[in-house]
Amino acid sequence: MDRAILHCDLNSFYASVEELYHPETRGLPIAVGGDVDKRHGIILARNQLAKKFGVQTAETIWQAKLKCPNLILYPPNYERYMLFSKRTREIFHCYTDLIEPFGIDEAWLDVTHSSIYGSGEKIADTIRNRISNELGVTASIGVSFNKVFAKLGSDLRKPNFTTIINKENMAEMVWPLKVENLLYVGKATQRKLNTLGIYTIGDLAHSEPKVLKRLLGKIGEMLWMFANGKDESPVSKYDATEIIKSIGNSVTCYRDLNSDKDLNVVMWVLAESVASRLRDQGLKAKGVAISLRDNELNCFSRQCVVANPINTASELMLNARKLYKDNYFWQKPLRSIGLKSFQLVDSKAATQLSLFTNQQEIDKEYRLEVAMDDIRGRYGFNSVKRASMLLDPALSDFNPKGDHIIFPENFLK
Amino acid sequence: MKQFVDVVCIYTKTGQIRPLYIVWEDGIKYPIDKITQIIPAAALYSGGMGMRYTCKIGNQQRYLFLEEGKWFVEKSNMPYY
Repeated sequence: MDRAILHCDLNSFYASVEELYHPETRGLPIAVGGDVDKRHGIILARNQLAKKFGVQTAETIWQAKLKCPNLILYPPNYERYMLFSKRTREIFHCYTDLIEPFGIDEAWLDVTHSSIYGSGEKIADTIRNRISNELGVTASIGVSFNKVFAKLGSDLRKPNFTTIINKENMAEMVWPLKVENLLYVGKATQRKLNTLGIYTIGDLAHSEPKVLKRLLGKIGEMLWMFANGKDESPVSKYDATEIIKSIGNSVTCYRDLNSDKDLNVVMWVLAESVASRLRDQGLKAKGVAISLRDNELNCFSRQCVVANPINTASELMLNARKLYKDNYFWQKPLRSIGLKSFQLVDSKAATQLSLFTNQQEIDKEYRLEVAMDDIRGRYGFNSVKRASMLLDPALSDFNPKGDHIIFPENFLK
Repeated sequence: MKQFVDVVCIYTKTGQIRPLYIVWEDGIKYPIDKITQIIPAAALYSGGMGMRYTCKIGNQQRYLFLEEGKWFVEKSNMPYY
């Protein structure tokens, strides 16, 4: 029996939520954008009307205003979006327990065994109606026998549509589409495929998998499977947790950083966040990596491995400082920086102590930072701070751990 | 328009919330005679989303919303009688 997979995509999610909460601007082009002063000034989402003006997601606000001078901008309200996301998942839970979220506004559902509620199409229609009645936003749902076509289906007709792709109609529905519509065909892959004369998904499906493998490696074979509807990957359970491979934070600062002093201030905030998250997960890191991007958007990263696993901000900072001192010489001011810890091990695992480090000092630092976490947990993030952060309060005024940060998802896990 | 209001309610033994009176901004209490439906719904006219109580107040039917612990009604529809 074919599986019944649904892919549910909330249409222009952020913008739809803002549209619901601002009925006075309904019927006008609106968009949700970041804070221009903090240099996060890009369009995060726009509604259908703004789309007609050619406003694109991820373009800068001034570019969008050129295309659509009357564009109404709202700042993002992540708590509200999380709430809507949670409510949609509660609706999904009425029909299946196999729900795999893909970002905040998308999810796959496996309703193969939910026939008590009707066919895949009927469940999709019910879910769409419930989302629009109960939450006041719209969703488009793709129904298919695998995850890749379900996602393709939900992108085909928007907003508020159910699109069905089955084995009978896949040749006429999917194959004429351009190859870049397929999951995992980005610009680079598209260019490579075009050189082979592959322009549509049908071309891809009819090509030789061996040739694709030679051109693209393992991904080539995978794409061929996708195009032929042979994707067998299961929809994972909602509460399934993944093994954490790395913990990191990054930030684009409100102004360019010009000196080690600036960099220190920002790096401390990142180190505290990363260390605190490591401790929350009961992990220690054996590797530290930094990534730096200058004001011309050139980016590079450097990493190092430490002898003993670490989970305190001061040790992370020690390694991060060494990395940037050795590798960056202020040819240009920096725009954004990131800090990542990797090669994670259980913090309770036995470690080889060193004769030449002062373990007591490290333990003391650890206790201090745990106490700081505790104080912040009770009285708020700003209740206790390192004095160095007051060197430039504006620069250190962000909380990577507490701020709602929505991470992009990866299909290949 | 979205008008937040004070509401007098009963929390029942079974954990349900039953609104009894709406206290309007001028302090007048409007008794809710009957609740005909309780469903999660979007408030399209006033902008919001929550649990929607369809209430009979006098001989009028009104929607009362419970959104994140706060009650609101649509102002233009509020009965004055």
